[in-house]
Amino acid sequence: MTRKLGLLTLGLTAALIAGCAAPATPAAPAAPAAPAEQPTAAPAAPAGGVTELTIWWAEWDPANYLQELANDYEKEKGIKVNVVQEPWGTYYNKVSAEWAAKGTGYDMVVGDSQWLGQAATQGHYLDLTDFMKEKGLDKTVTPATLLYYGTYDGKYWAFPTEGDALGWAYRKDLFEDPAEKEAFKAKYGYELGVPKDLLQLRDIAEFFTRPEKNLYGIAVYTQKDYDAITMGAQNFIFNFGADWKNDKFEVEGVLNTEPAVKALELYRELYTKFMPPGLSNAFFQEMNDAFISGQVAMITNYFAFFPALVNPQTNPNYYDKVGFFATPPGPGGAQFASLGGQGISVNAYISPERQQAAKDFIEWFASKPVQEKWAALGGYTCNIEVLNSDTFKKATPYNPAFAETMNFVKDFWNIPEFGDLLVVSQRELSKYIVEGQGTAKEALDNIAREHTEILKRAGYLK
Amino acid sequence: MQLTQTQTAPMHRRRSLTDVQIQVLFIAPTIILLVLWNIFPLFYSLYLSFTEFSVIKPDVPPAWIGLQNYNKLLNDPRIWQYFALTGRYVVTTVALQAIIGFGLALFLRERFKGSGLVTTLILIPIMMSPVVIGLFWKLIYNPAFGIFNYLIGYSVPNSGPDWLGEASRALWAIIIVDVWMWSPFVMLLCLSGLKAIPDYLYEAAAIDRASPWFQFWRITLPQVAPLLLIAILFRTIEAFKTFDLVMGLTGGGPGDSTELIAVYLYRAAFTRFTTGESSALAYIILVIVIAVSNLYVRSLNRIRGEQ
Repeated sequence: MTRKLGLLTLGLTAALIAGCAAPATPAAPAAPAAPAEQPTAAPAAPAGGVTELTIWWAEWDPANYLQELANDYEKEKGIKVNVVQEPWGTYYNKVSAEWAAKGTGYDMVVGDSQWLGQAATQGHYLDLTDFMKEKGLDKTVTPATLLYYGTYDGKYWAFPTEGDALGWAYRKDLFEDPAEKEAFKAKYGYELGVPKDLLQLRDIAEFFTRPEKNLYGIAVYTQKDYDAITMGAQNFIFNFGADWKNDKFEVEGVLNTEPAVKALELYRELYTKFMPPGLSNAFFQEMNDAFISGQVAMITNYFAFFPALVNPQTNPNYYDKVGFFATPPGPGGAQFASLGGQGISVNAYISPERQQAAKDFIEWFASKPVQEKWAALGGYTCNIEVLNSDTFKKATPYNPAFAETMNFVKDFWNIPEFGDLLVVSQRELSKYIVEGQGTAKEALDNIAREHTEILKRAGYLK
Repeated sequence: MQLTQTQTAPMHRRRSLTDVQIQVLFIAPTIILLVLWNIFPLFYSLYLSFTEFSVIKPDVPPAWIGLQNYNKLLNDPRIWQYFALTGRYVVTTVALQAIIGFGLALFLRERFKGSGLVTTLILIPIMMSPVVIGLFWKLIYNPAFGIFNYLIGYSVPNSGPDWLGEASRALWAIIIVDVWMWSPFVMLLCLSGLKAIPDYLYEAAAIDRASPWFQFWRITLPQVAPLLLIAILFRTIEAFKTFDLVMGLTGGGPGDSTELIAVYLYRAAFTRFTTGESSALAYIILVIVIAVSNLYVRSLNRIRGEQ
C-alpha cells in the first residue's frame, strides 16, 4: 500500500509539474492549407503560383470584416485569403509558439503593437520598410499609428490595420439635463459638458457620484490579469506630462516624477471615490456592463468595444443617450491616448513567392477604396483621408472621437522585454490604486527601480 | 488450393503472437503517449531549469547556467512571500474543507426523506467549471447587487465590504469559494468510509454504554481516517495548484494580495516567457508538494498500522 500510495503521489506531482512547466516542445506548424478552389470568374493570374494566403488574427468582429474584404480580394485577384481567428486569451501563445517553431502556419498576422520589438529583433516579421516606402503606404496612415503599430527601431514591420485606443463614453441625458447643468455650474463655476481636461473629468465624476441613487461618476480600468490597469493609468501619466522612459531608455527621473505622482493620485481618487464598488478587477466587459446598467455617467474603454453601447439590442436603455469623447489633455495640455489596435505583418519564414503575394495583399488592403469599405464594415481604419472624410465621421457616434484620437495615440513599451516590464507595472499600480498600499511616489519608485534593472539586464542601459 | 493458403496465412501469424506480445501491443500506445506527453516534458523541463532560455526566442538555444535560476528564486523575498501566502491559503482551505466535508458526511450518513436529493445538490459545485464559478462568485460578491453581503447581514446595497477589492478580504473570498466548491468532494469520500463501518462496532459500544463522543472518537474517526487523509492529500495538491479561481475572481490582486505561487508561475512562464526560470520554479513547487504529500502518506500508513 505504501508503495502504491508513493507511486500515486509521484504520478500526481508529475502531472502537476507537467501542467505547471512551460511548454517544452514548440507547437508544430499548422498543416499546409488545402488547395484553393478555382475561381469561377477570370481574375488576373496569381503571382508566383500562390493561390491561397492565411492571415491569423484574434477572434472578434474586425476579423470577420477582414474576411469579407478578403472575399473581395479573391474575386479580384483569384487568390483565396483565409482569416483564421484565435480567442484573445490564447492568441499571443499561439503566435509565439509558431515563432518558436519558425512555422509557416500563417502568411500574415495582425499582431499587437507590443509584439513589434520581439518579432522584429528575433526575425519573425519581414522588414517592410522598402516595400511600404516604395508603394507610398507609409504616407496613407496617420503618423502616430505608423509609429506605434508599424515601426520598430526606425524600420517598418507592420501596416497599421485596426486602429484602436482608449476613448470615453458618457451619458448625454445626464450631461445635457438643464437641472444638472445648472447645479454643476453653481458648484464648479463652469458649464457641464465634455471635459476639457482631466481635472474637469474629475469634477464631473465627483458631481455625478450619488451612491444613494446607485449612480457613480466614472469607471476606469483596474484589472491586473494582463495590461488593463497599466493602459488605464498611463493615459493619466502621459497627459500629466510624464512618461515611461526618455529617448535613452532611462526610467529613473522620467517616470517617478511629480506629474506622474499627481496622475496616479488622481487615478486612485477616481477609483476610490467616484467608481461603483465591486470593480476592483475591471476591464472592457465590466466597463460596458457598468454603463449599460445605468450605474455610471462616464466610462473609459477601447473604441473597439463602443459599438455595443449604441446597439439597442445590447444597450436597450441608453443606446440613444450615449456620447463619446477623446481622452482629455492633462492640466499642462499634453494629450495622448493609450494605444490598442494592431498592424498586419508578413511571416519571415514563408517562401519569397508567398511573401510577395502577402505584400500584394497588403498593398491592395491599403488602397483608399478598400480602406473606405473597411471603415464602412466596422473596421477602424488608420487611413488619413478616410479618417478625415465626412462620410466616416458621420457613420457612427464614436467615429469623430476615434478620428481625433488616432492623431495622439501612444504606447507602453514595445521592446522584447515588454512582458517583464508589464508584470512590474501591473503589480505596483494595482498595489497602490486598488489595494491602497503605500504612496503614488513609492509605487512609481518601485516601477522605476525594477524597470531600470530589467533594462540593464537586457543591455539597454549600462 | 492456393486461395486457401492465402486465406489461412494471416491467421497463422495472428496465432503466433504470444500473450506477452498482445499485452505489449495493447499497452504500447498508452506508454508512447505517456512518454511523449508526460515523461519527456518532465525531464526536458528539468534540463531547462538549469538553463537561461526563453521559448519565444527560437534562435537562442538554452544556455547552461547551473543552479543560478534556483539560486535567484530561492533568494527572492517576493517568491517567499508568495509561498507563504500559498501556504496560508492551502492550510486554511484544506482544513475548512476537511471539517465541513466530514460534518456533511456525518449529517448525510443517516438516511432521511430526500437525503439522496440533498446529497446530489451538495455535489453540484464539484461538477462545475472553475472559470464559470469564478464569474458566478464575482457577481455574488459584488457589493452593489451581490447576494453575499445581504446574506451576512448587510441589507443595504453598497454598505457591505468589497470582498474582492480589499486586500485583507480578497484571499478569504477565494478560500470561501474553494471551500464551497470542494467540501462536497471530501464529504463524498468520508461518506463512503462511514457507510463501510460495520454496525456491530456501534452495537458493541452501546452495550458497553459508550458515550456518543467516545463512539465518535474511538470508532467513527479511526475508521474514516484513511479516506479522510486521502481526500486531504488530493485537496492539498490541488490547492497548491490553484490558478483558475484566482484568475477568475481577482487576477492575483488587489496588488499581489492573492498572488498564489501558481499564478506567479503562470506570469513567469507565459507573460514574461522566462522559460528556464519558470521551469526551476515549477520544480521547487514539485519538491514541496512531494514533501507535503510524503508527510500525509506516512501519517496514513501509521494509522493503518495502528488498525
